[in-house]
Amino acid sequence: MTRRPAWPGILAALLVLGLSFGTIAAVLWRAEGRFALGPADWAALRFTIVQALLSAAVSVALAVPVARALARRRFIGRGVLVTLMGAPFILPVIVAVLGLVTVFGRNGWVSGLLAMVGLPPLEIYGFQGVVLGHVFFNLPLATRLILQGWLAIPAERFRLAASLGFTSTHVARQLEWPMLRAIVPGAFMVIFLICTTSFAVALTLGGGPRATTVELAIYQAFRFDFDLSRAALLALVQLLLSGTAALLALWVAVPQSLGAGLDRTVDRWDARRPGLRWLDSALIILAATFLLAPLAAIALRGLPGLTALPSEVWGAAWRSIWVALVSVAVTLGLALPMGLSIVALRGRALARGIEAAGYLSIAASPLVLGTGLFLLIFPIADPVALALPVTALINAVMSLPFALRALVPALGEIEAQYGRLADSLGLSGWARLRRLTLPRLRRPLGFAAALAGALSMGDLGVITLFADADAGTLPLLLYRLMGAYRMEQAGAVALILLALSVAMFWMFDRGGRVDADA
Amino acid sequence: MLTLEKLRIAQEGFLLTAEITVKAGARVAVMGPSGAGKSTLLAVISGFFAPASGRVLWQGKDLTALPPAARPVSSIFQDNNLFPHLTIQQNVALGIRPSGTLSSAEQNTVQDSLARVGLEGFEARKPATLSGGQQSRAALARMLVQAHPIAVLDEPFSALGPAMRADMIALVRALCDDMGTTLLMVTHDPEDARRLDGDLALVAEGRVTQPARVHDLLDNPPPELRAYLGSHHI
Repeated sequence: MTRRPAWPGILAALLVLGLSFGTIAAVLWRAEGRFALGPADWAALRFTIVQALLSAAVSVALAVPVARALARRRFIGRGVLVTLMGAPFILPVIVAVLGLVTVFGRNGWVSGLLAMVGLPPLEIYGFQGVVLGHVFFNLPLATRLILQGWLAIPAERFRLAASLGFTSTHVARQLEWPMLRAIVPGAFMVIFLICTTSFAVALTLGGGPRATTVELAIYQAFRFDFDLSRAALLALVQLLLSGTAALLALWVAVPQSLGAGLDRTVDRWDARRPGLRWLDSALIILAATFLLAPLAAIALRGLPGLTALPSEVWGAAWRSIWVALVSVAVTLGLALPMGLSIVALRGRALARGIEAAGYLSIAASPLVLGTGLFLLIFPIADPVALALPVTALINAVMSLPFALRALVPALGEIEAQYGRLADSLGLSGWARLRRLTLPRLRRPLGFAAALAGALSMGDLGVITLFADADAGTLPLLLYRLMGAYRMEQAGAVALILLALSVAMFWMFDRGGRVDADA
Repeated sequence: MLTLEKLRIAQEGFLLTAEITVKAGARVAVMGPSGAGKSTLLAVISGFFAPASGRVLWQGKDLTALPPAARPVSSIFQDNNLFPHLTIQQNVALGIRPSGTLSSAEQNTVQDSLARVGLEGFEARKPATLSGGQQSRAALARMLVQAHPIAVLDEPFSALGPAMRADMIALVRALCDDMGTTLLMVTHDPEDARRLDGDLALVAEGRVTQPARVHDLLDNPPPELRAYLGSHHI
């Protein structure tokens, strides 16, 4: 059998491993022993777990009825709504936060409505704000995951149910409940995992002793106190926490969310009662409003500000684009050889090792990576001068799991379909890559690049650690404007950031689709 | 001569043995029940599957350890015989060299082979714009430029209608006669086997039988073949 050389993939995996563990080692090494968690650290750990549990619970609890409504109703705009439910993934966190503040903040729309009936305004900052932010981001994800479960129930079952005269209660008990029991734990765990690594939401909506996540505590220990031993210890706590969550998520088998085929609806004879119709319509409208209102708020707030943009915008935008493009290149530079090796070595322990290395960053903390790299770079060069390349590199590592998720199944498919033909024609090495693999891989490659680009574009993580004020990225500028309560300008910058993220995603994703043969 | 020498093909819960010779230039229809190992047998000959023991020899030369591309064998599969992102011309050109970059003489060879299978004027088309029969023709054109002495076809026309299948088998016959190619072709249809007008090898009950004249066998089937064909054959 023609085998691809495995060393490029192994090399890439070692690089990722070195980056993940090397940086922790660097932090530990500089920490110089004094390892004890203070009360504030315990509070951060407690807060992280509690808010993640609650965020996951609320997201899933709301997603179940919304997914059911989407699964059994057909209406104009359903496809658009389902697509939009995938959008928070590429929506910069800081932009969403600004939208949420505009809608749910003390001076926001909802508080305004409350004031009209004489009620006190909402308080968005703190625990409830962090949970709100997480639900905003994860309700759509949960909905898509659970909707997929619904649509995976064969249409024949519903037909059988209809011919047996099932009511919606019977359908729920016989068909839907077993599906939910299989899907919901995985959806819950994946959202719990995402929420334990949350930094940007906690940074912007949380803070203070009562609403600090472990990631945020690492940032504070490093940035405000330069207390490396505390940062290192918290880094280990974070790794342990998200590592455990990741293992739990793997154990309950996380459902796939990148799959297509959500545009199908099944005829549901049991759901034709007017009461259920009203319920489903109300749920869909509520969910859509919850997701769209913050985006509308950004547009409304940002458009007038576009004429009075702060001068730093263009420099920051340029740096963001640059960082995102480098990040895309690095992501693909790592993911492609790793994916090729994983497929070539399939079934062997080495393949699983490479794959595990690729998914490691789900549990690794970008702030720990950043802190570690800072410490490693510090003796050699000025880390502040290298803030942007470091950000690009770390963003790339953070995108790696998503890129692998997109590429590995596609690579496996290509080999399964055309591997023998290519073998029989002697297509190997570079010729095979150029003539078979890359052309067939265009769509997933474009999609992976699109995700990596958009994620990097909107990232407000490691850049906060050590970029200086006049050389930051667009999300950092936005964060600073919000901190200074220059909301008009913040709205305009948010609009530009959003447009750039969407453009970045669209450009790469489109590039993979145009002229790609089925 | 193609020789399968003391060949033992093992997969989980499955064992197939073969001890047969195929004369150079013979056309062999390979028949047998589903799951009997027809495809696996062909995969062993073309180098996609390693036998547990035994050897595959061509004109006395041992092929057993060679990778697929180093064997004097062209393969045509049930489907996915063409790369959908390449034009017909590019697909056929791959038969000459993996890089697909050709001299002008080689380009003429590609042109001629396309004309020979009746695909003149289809050079720049992508496979998706061709009918199933035309796609089969393109795969045969590539087989022509590969010019290997052995061709193994694994139910290549199973997706085509009866009339089209008859046309394709006539074409395969003509091409193999032209080039003296030794052909092994899996088929389910005794009619296809008759049209091929060569030999028939039966793969059944863990054994490959020595190929013998197809008409003799089908007119007077031994018990295993009778069991496979059922009562309403011929």
